[in-house]
Amino acid sequence: MTTQLAAYSTSTGEAVQFWILGTVAVIGALCTILMKRAVHSALCLAGTMIILAVFYLANGAYFLGVVQIIVYTGAIMMLFLFVVMLVGVTAADSLKETIKGQRWLALLCGLGFGVLLIAGIGNASLKEFNGIGQANAGGNVQGIATLLFTRYVFAFEITGALLITAAVGAMVLTHRERTERAKTQRELSEERVREGKQLPPLPAPGVYARHNAVDIAGLLPDGTPSDLTVSKTLRERGQIRDVSQEALNDLRALEQRAEERLERKAIEPTTFKRPEEASK
Amino acid sequence: MNPVNYLYLAALLFTIGATGVLIRRNAIVVFMCIELMLNACNLAFVAFSRMHGNLDGQIIAFFTMVVAAAEVVVGLAIIVSLFRARHSASVDDASLMKL
Repeated sequence: MTTQLAAYSTSTGEAVQFWILGTVAVIGALCTILMKRAVHSALCLAGTMIILAVFYLANGAYFLGVVQIIVYTGAIMMLFLFVVMLVGVTAADSLKETIKGQRWLALLCGLGFGVLLIAGIGNASLKEFNGIGQANAGGNVQGIATLLFTRYVFAFEITGALLITAAVGAMVLTHRERTERAKTQRELSEERVREGKQLPPLPAPGVYARHNAVDIAGLLPDGTPSDLTVSKTLRERGQIRDVSQEALNDLRALEQRAEERLERKAIEPTTFKRPEEASK
Repeated sequence: MNPVNYLYLAALLFTIGATGVLIRRNAIVVFMCIELMLNACNLAFVAFSRMHGNLDGQIIAFFTMVVAAAEVVVGLAIIVSLFRARHSASVDDASLMKL
């Protein structure tokens, strides 16, 4: 099969594959730059990369096709998604222009660049091609290995140094040195007593033991929700749910439905009392 | 079909990536666009390797992948530390050196 690749024109099957997958790849690339959220961009880019891997395989670069899937969509895109999660999924790009007319100028530049690039390729006389069949005769991986460890062995070794530098660099960049000593448990408790604000442990979240989700504030005796019961992180993000009304309405709706099913007369909502309140 | 079409596709993807770098201001998305450009270059290398009938283009594409992996690691580390310092991943916010 590999020897058949040495021809002046590719097979019809490859042409069909190129036109279908090429369209999808371009759509994926456009979605990457047009999607508002970084997660959607990352997923579109992953799709484009998988299609490029198929193209590598079609071009006789079997080793690169597999490496593309494993390294790019497997490792690099997962790293991207990891950082997107770390930085915040909900953080959408602001669409306000800071430099006036920058977007249109950028589009114009891109268009001009693309026209130049494509016209340049169109002008080159690329009518004939050799095909990879001869080079792949002894196996694609073997051929690459032979070149890598003879002609390109120096570049290969430099690559090793680059990878180690990158790993160390990433560790240095994201590592944070503690500027002060961490407080011990004894110091923390002494500090709490000295301040005299909140001596016992913080109250637990949840409303009337009906909800035990951590994002629902517990109610004080007078019925108002207490922010103290919700974790500090959720409080800062503003992700506290107040369900004191929700629970009441749910129960009322349930009663209503039960009555309709049993075809009873409706109980007056004003006299209706929740069992939790009655038991208190 | 002539394999030159792969070159046209690579040029198109590279252009889309370059436009994305200019348009977007979220540092992560800008970075993804750079990855797209690198991938387009790889596709051109692989297509050239087929047209010339030798494996040198694939070797260069292989090295590009290694360099891209190293670049992603360092770049994302920079973005994470930038986000820690400024609570934002927008490239517009990093303007401390501006007058």
